[in-house]
Amino acid sequence: PVTPPWLSPGDTSVLAGLYGPAEAKLSKELPDRAALEVLLRPKVGLPGVLERSREQQLRQTCEAVVLGVLHPRTAITLVLQVLSDAGSLLSCCLNAACMGLLDAGLPLCSLFCGVTCALGPDGAITLDPTARQEQEARAVLTFAIDSSERKVLMSTTKGSCSVEEMQQCLAAAQRAADTIFQFYRDSLQRRYSK
Amino acid sequence: FRTVEPLEYYRRFLKENCRPDGRELGEFRATTVNIGKFSLFFFSGSITTADGSALVKLGNTTVICGVKAELAAPAADSANKGYIVPNVELPSLCSERFRSGPPGEEAQAASQFIADVIENSQMIVKEDLCIANGKLAWVLYCDIICLDYDGNLLDASVFALLAALKNVQLPSVVINEETGLSEVDLKQKTPLIIRKHPVATSFAIFDDTLLIVDPTAEEEDLATGTVTIVTDEEGRLCSVHKPGGSPLTGAKLQDCITRAITRHKEIKKLIDKVIKSITPE
Repeated sequence: PVTPPWLSPGDTSVLAGLYGPAEAKLSKELPDRAALEVLLRPKVGLPGVLERSREQQLRQTCEAVVLGVLHPRTAITLVLQVLSDAGSLLSCCLNAACMGLLDAGLPLCSLFCGVTCALGPDGAITLDPTARQEQEARAVLTFAIDSSERKVLMSTTKGSCSVEEMQQCLAAAQRAADTIFQFYRDSLQRRYSK
Repeated sequence: FRTVEPLEYYRRFLKENCRPDGRELGEFRATTVNIGKFSLFFFSGSITTADGSALVKLGNTTVICGVKAELAAPAADSANKGYIVPNVELPSLCSERFRSGPPGEEAQAASQFIADVIENSQMIVKEDLCIANGKLAWVLYCDIICLDYDGNLLDASVFALLAALKNVQLPSVVINEETGLSEVDLKQKTPLIIRKHPVATSFAIFDDTLLIVDPTAEEEDLATGTVTIVTDEEGRLCSVHKPGGSPLTGAKLQDCITRAITRHKEIKKLIDKVIKSITPE
């Protein structure tokens, strides 16, 4: 089933389409679990090395939450199309991916959300930075936080920071995750109450 | 038993807090590094045609890095910056899991990771690679090739890259004012300016709770997640790379970071020792 939810914090928007669980090609099928595949298409140009790296991160994050053992020898494909990029792109993709998984009704052990933190030159933490704030920042950290215990599912950093700063950003991200999970609840309620 | 139920086989060892190859959970494999142009032993040869090269062995994982410097015109929007182009290759000879053909996802993700580490740690400042503003700059092609894949590719690659770059000697280049052409003087060489020394430490997460340092290929397959932390000599984090996998609490992450900082000191000592031993050449 094709399910198109999309997420747009600010002006960044990513369209997610989820297909599956469907029959997998013999070369790709796994005997005991579902094979997850993520395709990330940039707004312009062909997907390059950066997209492959992001795809690997998204795929492994989704694999950690999807209960693949319930659907062995199938394939689940997640296609993300970037519609516009105004900063915090990776966390937008993470949120779109999770909503896609929810909308498709796949069995998950927990939800996850993506939060980006930018560390300004003076040490100030900005959540969900715009593209301009990301460029001016000393470091940009993106975390995927899970919903059951607020643990870190995925982490990527750009630029360098001290250990204390990273812990502070992580704490801020965990707090922000609460707001995002509330948003998931509200939008799902709206969808299913019609 | 090992081939039929690998996970159970491993769990039995982990209960006793050790691993099948005899290491403890927090123990690294033996690390050896070989830098330089001359090869005395046939199995530890380094590349004579490259401007800088290094071979790193982490247990069985063998990674070789060759750096070639070429000249190019800088990009229009950053006229005073050179280029560093890392490329990680996982040829099919290193492991049966890789097929020959276009680079797979793992190789591309590793290349992106190395590019990020170079950028984040500022180990080479691109402005240092510029020869003449807007006209000529160095391009460093760093080719990292895995010769034997036994887990922990990222640590070995970062180490090999660092060692190879320390070995690079750039010839002096002068632009002839009259002809506008560049003249390369191969006799006068200056070493590359390396500002920071990033070192990567990888961990595998087992069953959502146990953290294992320096995983082998078998351990990586059985693990439920991986974390790679890159630190520089000031104890700053250049990268916390956790591409999905089991969730970790902040405290566990902190534990990984502390171990990564300790590992950094060991590796730095090793590199310094090797560099000192080849300097008389």
